[in-house]
Amino acid sequence: MTFSGAACYSDLSMQPILEIDQLEAGVQGKQILKGINLKIYPGEMHAIMGPNGSGKSTLASILAGRDGYEIIRGRVLYQGRNLLELSPEDRAREGLFLAFQYPVEIPGVNSAYFLKAALNEVRKYRGMPELDAIEFLALVKEKIKLLELDEELLKRPVNVGFSGGEKKRNEVLQMAVLEPRLAVLDETDSGLDIDALKIVANGVNCLRKPDNAQLVITHYQRLLDHIVPDKVHVLVDGRIVMSAGKELALELESKGYDWIVREAKRAN
Amino acid sequence: MNANVTNIDQLVRSEYKYGFVSEIDTDSLPPGLDEDVIREISTRKGEPQFLLEWRLKAFRHWTTLKEPHWAKAVYPPIDYQAISYFAAPRSKARYSSMDEVDPELLKTFEKLGIPLSERARLAGVAVDAVMDSVSVATTFQKELEQYGIIFCSFSEAVRNHPDLVEKYLGSVVPYTDNFFASLNSAVFSDGSFCYIPKGVRCPMELSTYFRINAAKTGQFERTLIVADEGSRVSYLEGCTAPIRDENQLHAAVVELVALEGAEIKYSTVQNWYPGDKEGRGGIYNFVTKRGICKGRRSKISWTQVETGSAITWKYPSCVLLGDESVGEFYSVAVTNNRQQADTGTKMIHIGRNTRSTIVSKGISAGEGQNSYRGLVVMKKSAANGRNFSQCDSLLIGDRCGAHTFPWIQVMNPTATVEHEATTSKIGEDQIFYCNQRGISRQDAVNMIVNGFCKEVFRELPMEFAVEAQKLLSVTLEGSVG
Repeated sequence: MTFSGAACYSDLSMQPILEIDQLEAGVQGKQILKGINLKIYPGEMHAIMGPNGSGKSTLASILAGRDGYEIIRGRVLYQGRNLLELSPEDRAREGLFLAFQYPVEIPGVNSAYFLKAALNEVRKYRGMPELDAIEFLALVKEKIKLLELDEELLKRPVNVGFSGGEKKRNEVLQMAVLEPRLAVLDETDSGLDIDALKIVANGVNCLRKPDNAQLVITHYQRLLDHIVPDKVHVLVDGRIVMSAGKELALELESKGYDWIVREAKRAN
Repeated sequence: MNANVTNIDQLVRSEYKYGFVSEIDTDSLPPGLDEDVIREISTRKGEPQFLLEWRLKAFRHWTTLKEPHWAKAVYPPIDYQAISYFAAPRSKARYSSMDEVDPELLKTFEKLGIPLSERARLAGVAVDAVMDSVSVATTFQKELEQYGIIFCSFSEAVRNHPDLVEKYLGSVVPYTDNFFASLNSAVFSDGSFCYIPKGVRCPMELSTYFRINAAKTGQFERTLIVADEGSRVSYLEGCTAPIRDENQLHAAVVELVALEGAEIKYSTVQNWYPGDKEGRGGIYNFVTKRGICKGRRSKISWTQVETGSAITWKYPSCVLLGDESVGEFYSVAVTNNRQQADTGTKMIHIGRNTRSTIVSKGISAGEGQNSYRGLVVMKKSAANGRNFSQCDSLLIGDRCGAHTFPWIQVMNPTATVEHEATTSKIGEDQIFYCNQRGISRQDAVNMIVNGFCKEVFRELPMEFAVEAQKLLSVTLEGSVG
């Protein structure tokens, strides 16, 4: 059940980048998503908000193809293709990027090496020539400025010993290098101080293009002060109970989630 | 989660590439061991009396010893009378040129990536190729002779340089050292010998390639390297064996002697047949390797990449006798399926200002068991001795094991000993993170494993480092889900 009133800049004749249709899914026998519908068109930025435990991160994990989730029914189309039958790495190579809520540490693997390997996998998949070390470093040094990160970070093992803020900024750096069609940012704002939040938001804003899209998952509205979404969806108990323009985020900030949960129950 | 276990299972299933058997006419002794067998080996090799006497002393001593079972490895008793102690490709004792070598033999080594024909030079590496009990060919001997370097099979050294052999044989690993070293001393058939004269830097990498081919035989080779004052040498060793259901025993001895200011770098890529997924077959690799830094400022560095064998029992060690001498041990040991490895090192500090470094990386996958066993001793005389040890274990899956048994003995109050250890696991979350960036499961594991091992890999000579990385990925390779 959704409320109407969303501002939409997209041309409706265009194919959505992402189309989620009646998606129900769970983990270890427990249903978490109870019928999600969502369409994201090129050029759009969507935000999904909701109280803890509503299924936000589950949705992100399922989109990225994390193991251990059962799809009960529904479908997910990504650029017109059945997303759910692609392997996680092929989803990534097709341009779906997940900025992790908890970026994973990989001891012993140098950050620059990791990112170069990732970029070249994506390029190979798209039939583009692989970048050599010099070309890659030129590219990454340009992108790293956007996130105001220290170049030294590239020499350190992936996420090992990074501060919380560095980890999140590093996610957006990877996004900047990989230039995805659809970026899903899972609680990228959590654990950031206000300065880091602005840097991350600025990075994400710079990466917006008419042919790509972003799905920002967040608990708090403060990120949306800096990243202005076209649509805000509220996820409660596995369902999108309300979709509206950016002003909805402000309303949630002042009123909290309770009223919307009540309203959703009444409507059911 | 169960799904995860299966994925990792698929990943670590490996194929052994070197499991073929060559059709080569073999001359071997019937199974069994007694003094007559030892006399027979010695006669066939035309050995001088001193060596036969030494073998017999070793054998008599061996009969008083019991097979050691303190290693963390489980295996049925070995029947030493069921093993043949000598097997040689039936052909001329020695070839005057490569053209005379049995083409099947050459083919075998070609298949293993070791071209013996001097035309196909392998980036300037001199090779001694040992098949079963004998050395079949040594390349670049003439070039090395110009520098006064002796690089030949052990048998050849016994014939041509008996004085050197008599002086140094058993000087580092005496025939009384341990059960397997005693056995080796009694029955060793061939191996490599190397002498670098004073002040000479060996201009190329020297290497020995060991191949077990014949069935029901043991391989007992012996390597002796003597680096005279101020000389330097880098030595490589590789080994493979055919796939067989039986377990075959490999009990080698390696002795290194570094005189004043000399430096020996000894690198091993050990890839004996590891047995199948259920643990049938595979080589028992029970090896004694030890070097002595005899002179001041001498240095011995062991680097090993151990991916093969059903059971590995091996502790390349350094006796740091000379003041300011240096010992190093860099090791990567991988156990997959049912493999068991109990490996590590001993650093015995005797001289003043002696230093040693131990970097051990154990990787366990499948149901593999990996143990690091190390001994660091600072004798009373080892003033200002220093040791740094680092033992890291990486687990892949949840049915494997990693164990660390460090033993430290300090008898000099000015000595410093440091020991660091970590255990980590390749988790599904790491693999998923890589997947989400477009990197496949197999590449992710390789990347993490190589990252884990890089401190050791960078100690290997260039070509070997690439080989080792490939070998590791093959060992941990499987059908990627």
